[in-house]
Amino acid sequence: MNDKQNKVKRRDFFRDSLRTLLALALGGSAGIATRKLIAKDLVWQLDPHKCVQCDLCATECVLDLSAVKCVHAHDMCGHCTLCGGFHRPDAVTFDTAAENQLCPTGAIKRNFIENPYYSYTIVEEKCIGCAKCVKGCSSFGNGSLYMQVRHDRCLNCNECAIAIACPAEAFQRVPSSQPYILKGKQAQA
Amino acid sequence: MSWSLFIKKRIDSKEWSARLALLRQLFAKHALRSRPASEAKTCACHSESADSTQDKLREQSQLVQVKKPETLLCAQNDHSCSPQPSKKYLSLLATTILLLFIVGSHYAQDRFPRPEFESQYQRPLTTTPSPQAHFFEIFDIFVLAGALGLASYFALKKRSRRGIFWLTVFSAAYFGFYRNGCVCAVGSLQNVSAALFYPGFLLPIGVIMFFVLPLIFALFFGRTFCAGVCPLGSMQDLVMLKTVKIPRWLSEVLSLTPYLYLGFAVLFAATGSAFIICRYDPFISIYRMTGDFSTMIYSLGFVGLSVFIGRPYCRFLCPYGVLLGWMSSLSKKHVTITPDTCVQCRLCEDACPFDYIDKPASGKIPEPRAQNRKRLAMYVFMLPLMILVGGYALSRLDFVFARLHPKVSLAEQIRQEERGAVPRTSLETQTFRTMGVPIETLLEQATEIEKRFHTGAWILGAFFGLVFGLRLIRLSLPQFRIDYEIDRTGCYSCARCFESCPNEQVRLQNVKNARFERSGKEYLLHVAESAN
Repeated sequence: MNDKQNKVKRRDFFRDSLRTLLALALGGSAGIATRKLIAKDLVWQLDPHKCVQCDLCATECVLDLSAVKCVHAHDMCGHCTLCGGFHRPDAVTFDTAAENQLCPTGAIKRNFIENPYYSYTIVEEKCIGCAKCVKGCSSFGNGSLYMQVRHDRCLNCNECAIAIACPAEAFQRVPSSQPYILKGKQAQA
Repeated sequence: MSWSLFIKKRIDSKEWSARLALLRQLFAKHALRSRPASEAKTCACHSESADSTQDKLREQSQLVQVKKPETLLCAQNDHSCSPQPSKKYLSLLATTILLLFIVGSHYAQDRFPRPEFESQYQRPLTTTPSPQAHFFEIFDIFVLAGALGLASYFALKKRSRRGIFWLTVFSAAYFGFYRNGCVCAVGSLQNVSAALFYPGFLLPIGVIMFFVLPLIFALFFGRTFCAGVCPLGSMQDLVMLKTVKIPRWLSEVLSLTPYLYLGFAVLFAATGSAFIICRYDPFISIYRMTGDFSTMIYSLGFVGLSVFIGRPYCRFLCPYGVLLGWMSSLSKKHVTITPDTCVQCRLCEDACPFDYIDKPASGKIPEPRAQNRKRLAMYVFMLPLMILVGGYALSRLDFVFARLHPKVSLAEQIRQEERGAVPRTSLETQTFRTMGVPIETLLEQATEIEKRFHTGAWILGAFFGLVFGLRLIRLSLPQFRIDYEIDRTGCYSCARCFESCPNEQVRLQNVKNARFERSGKEYLLHVAESAN
């Protein structure tokens, strides 16, 4: 009887010490992880000056419809009739006909302002972030179209899937007080 | 195929190189007809009228294509290019322009002047929707801690299945549908292992707490996190209707896969390659209510499976469950089937839909003692061997795993291109070449990562060997269980088995009686007082 009691106690002791060991291991790894803690409140953003306009933003985001979309710095735009971001390279006529548009979803709205100027506006709901227009605009135009992480959509994953895939390493963490890297006049503001 | 993938295939960078080639041709053909540079400086597309005929438009647009390089050049050179460049120079210029195009957005600005509008057109500003509030990150920690506390209270103290059920509903609604299933504790283990092993990886406080809190609770109360807090578990628990028993041999084999999953998840996270748990999370696309066709099939398949098999993800895949199981097996307290002593009535035998109730064994083994001892000794002897074999085997496969790292696969592609083994370049290699990083640097970095993978694969293989060996030893150990007991490593503390225990029924009756008695006494006192 006495022996049995001892055995039970030995087992309890064994369990207790193992439990303490586990707790220490957990505390230790958590402690080391705490040293890598983000001090500030940071969010993901891409640097449009590094962006090479590949289409990975459209496909790599964990969201089915990417959080990265094209935005337009209107104050940089030349408002041309022939727009490298709006028209296909092999466009026959430079009008708004679907077969002449570069955007696969027709997310760029072209409006006549005054002769010969047009305004180009991104319809954000339609934009899928393929950067096709951005490539056209930066190759043949002023580069007023550029990519940005839209924070109303971004889940701010701890490990951004696009950041891993980005061939130009354009993704970085920025303070959430200044969550955009803008172009044009707003960049200075 | 998803829409985005479809788009990806449609958009081919070849199109642009074709355009550039055309441009260069046109340039060589037409621009030489000694057009004065001053005329070229005026942007043709601006002089074009909106109502011109189609033919005129086409002609002019061709002019635009021809002239644009020169206008660009003028902008770059501050309007000081020579009026009549010779043929030789022009081809040189064309090449430079071509290069400039490739170099991209840095040099792309200010090709066209920004017009002054005569009409009242106001240029709209770029909208900047603000990011999600930081407040949620802290708030979620408190919600998690509260939910864990409640789950432990319902399971251990209150012994209430109903409480846990409503907590499950809450977790699926809040952590799942409202917070889109992110951050989740299951995925957080990747973040933590990346922070531990991968230099330059940063962690938000929320992720650490989501990793640590459920484990701490498991160390004290068992896996109450699984009972009603985990959004993945909640989804499976809520759709579970009629469960099928899985044969013991199958569940025993399948229960080893979480170790594999855990090992690979840590390996890929610690080398900074990929977060596979998040990528192959079967329920996230349901919580986010987005996903392409294949993801949806995968998710719905898992949900469909959960109707007939109790928590298939938790039992046979969940890598975080491995850690929780370790904590829970040594936990300070744990739920028990009976609130009193086991009377061995066998009523609870099939009460657990997940097969985590162990039957009494009392030292019985189906073979002679000496034979069992011999087998056990052999397994113990084989354990170091298994560790070595596992480590060696996986370390031979390290190059396969390393390919998952984007840098290693890029280096591999570049190497093949240099050798001339591939007919065409990929987007990644094109980008790499335009960035101007020397190839040697990339190859060195890739070798460094491959070395890390080699070490990682050794550790991983050794871990697999250890797990497998220990499982063999555990299976051949004689069991001395005398009552129906919960398998503490697996049990999710869901409180389903309680109601099948007659002792629990007695306890519930006692609680009811006690409550009735007390209120009866109080009523009598009240009556007596009012009479006075």
